[in-house]
Amino acid sequence: MSKKTDSNIYTIIFAIAMVIVVGGVLAFTASALRPRIDNNERLEKQQNILYAMGVNANDESSAIFVSTDEAPELFSKYITKQLVIQGDDVSEDSEAYLIDVKKEQSSAKAGNKRRLPLFVGSKDGKTFYIAPIRGKGLWDAIWAYVAMDANMVVQGAYFDHKGETAGLGANIKQRYFMDDFIGESLMNNGSFKGITVAKGNNDPKNLEKNDNEVDAIAGATITGDGVSAMLKSELRQYVSYFKTLK
Amino acid sequence: MGLLSKKDAALIKDPLADNNPITIQVLGICSALAITAELEAAIVMSISVLFVLGIGNVVISLMRNIIPSKIRIIVQLIVVAALVIIVDQVLKAFAYELSKTLSVFVGLIITNCIIMGRFEAFALGNGPWRSFLDGIGNSLGYGVILIIVAFFRELLGAGTLLGIKVLGDPIEKTGVYAFGYENNGFMLLAPMALIVVGIIIWVQRSRNKALIED
Repeated sequence: MSKKTDSNIYTIIFAIAMVIVVGGVLAFTASALRPRIDNNERLEKQQNILYAMGVNANDESSAIFVSTDEAPELFSKYITKQLVIQGDDVSEDSEAYLIDVKKEQSSAKAGNKRRLPLFVGSKDGKTFYIAPIRGKGLWDAIWAYVAMDANMVVQGAYFDHKGETAGLGANIKQRYFMDDFIGESLMNNGSFKGITVAKGNNDPKNLEKNDNEVDAIAGATITGDGVSAMLKSELRQYVSYFKTLK
Repeated sequence: MGLLSKKDAALIKDPLADNNPITIQVLGICSALAITAELEAAIVMSISVLFVLGIGNVVISLMRNIIPSKIRIIVQLIVVAALVIIVDQVLKAFAYELSKTLSVFVGLIITNCIIMGRFEAFALGNGPWRSFLDGIGNSLGYGVILIIVAFFRELLGAGTLLGIKVLGDPIEKTGVYAFGYENNGFMLLAPMALIVVGIIIWVQRSRNKALIED
């Protein structure tokens, strides 16, 4: 005897009901939590920018952000200007940190002029220029906030990723890797060169700061290449602005 | 008598050793390869699977008499995908940092064969309480192997445990590195996870001859 759940009509009705119920539950969850998630993402951007310019709660070896409670206050204290660079135009925008770099990249591909956000920070009498950038790792997106001085020498960096392999590519957000970039110049003899994540170089402690190279992570070649490519293609676009600073 | 009957307790105990989902049922191998380079990742993955499989088994068990058999696999997939998305969204809203760590594993949880395997083999034929215990037992069995594999891979591959340098500093040459020890980078690559799982299977079967197939 066949069960009533085996009939085609029952199966179709069940499938429709299931889609409606599950879809409804997911839509409700997503829309109810959206404001909280958006707020968390805003705070995270502020924490990332502050981290890159050295405003963080780092201990001996781990990378730790300032707390979410403090972030908005510290952000307005240390970030003096938020700029949007579009071609030769430079304008101020108090919410430039909310510009979606991914959308700007796609819009540039479609032939539009890309908006490049740049944050100017000041700490202990030093000026930092922090650029948010985005690229591709092995599995998914990688992104970074790179703090530079007026000569495009890196003063701090924060890297993050969506889905790089834990223990390998995911280590780009480990402090030992990010700290290696500090002091490295993006320029070489007056022209832009970027920084290469180099395998098998002779400087694992990264003492040589003028070689445009940092030591790679073992087993994370493609993620490392992604970081190098991201730094080159994205930060190159800021060069013309930095030239105006001199 | 304890909290659980002997039969119920076996649902928790058996998957830990003699009916382990990884070493005996040979399920969930893909995620065991992918995320065992770090101990922390293995622990996070184990907890996530514990949650999804525990609740998923109960949901499937409650629905077991109304699911049409022709589309049962799709229904199971929808349940696990919905659960994972809800967990991810709730974490993004209330534990943002943890959600970022977890995001890497979300896809892996959905495609984890242990989850579909337990839905199909157990939850479709048993009541919610026993299905819940089966889910917890199998997740723990999965977690134990993941953690053992990750322990050896992180220790021998990077010289650290949970990110803490336990063997010394490989660049400064302190600790065991002072005696010429080098990290075995091969341990961080996926094939070594398979070899470590193989060694665990070997040890387990040599200790319990009943597990050896003819």
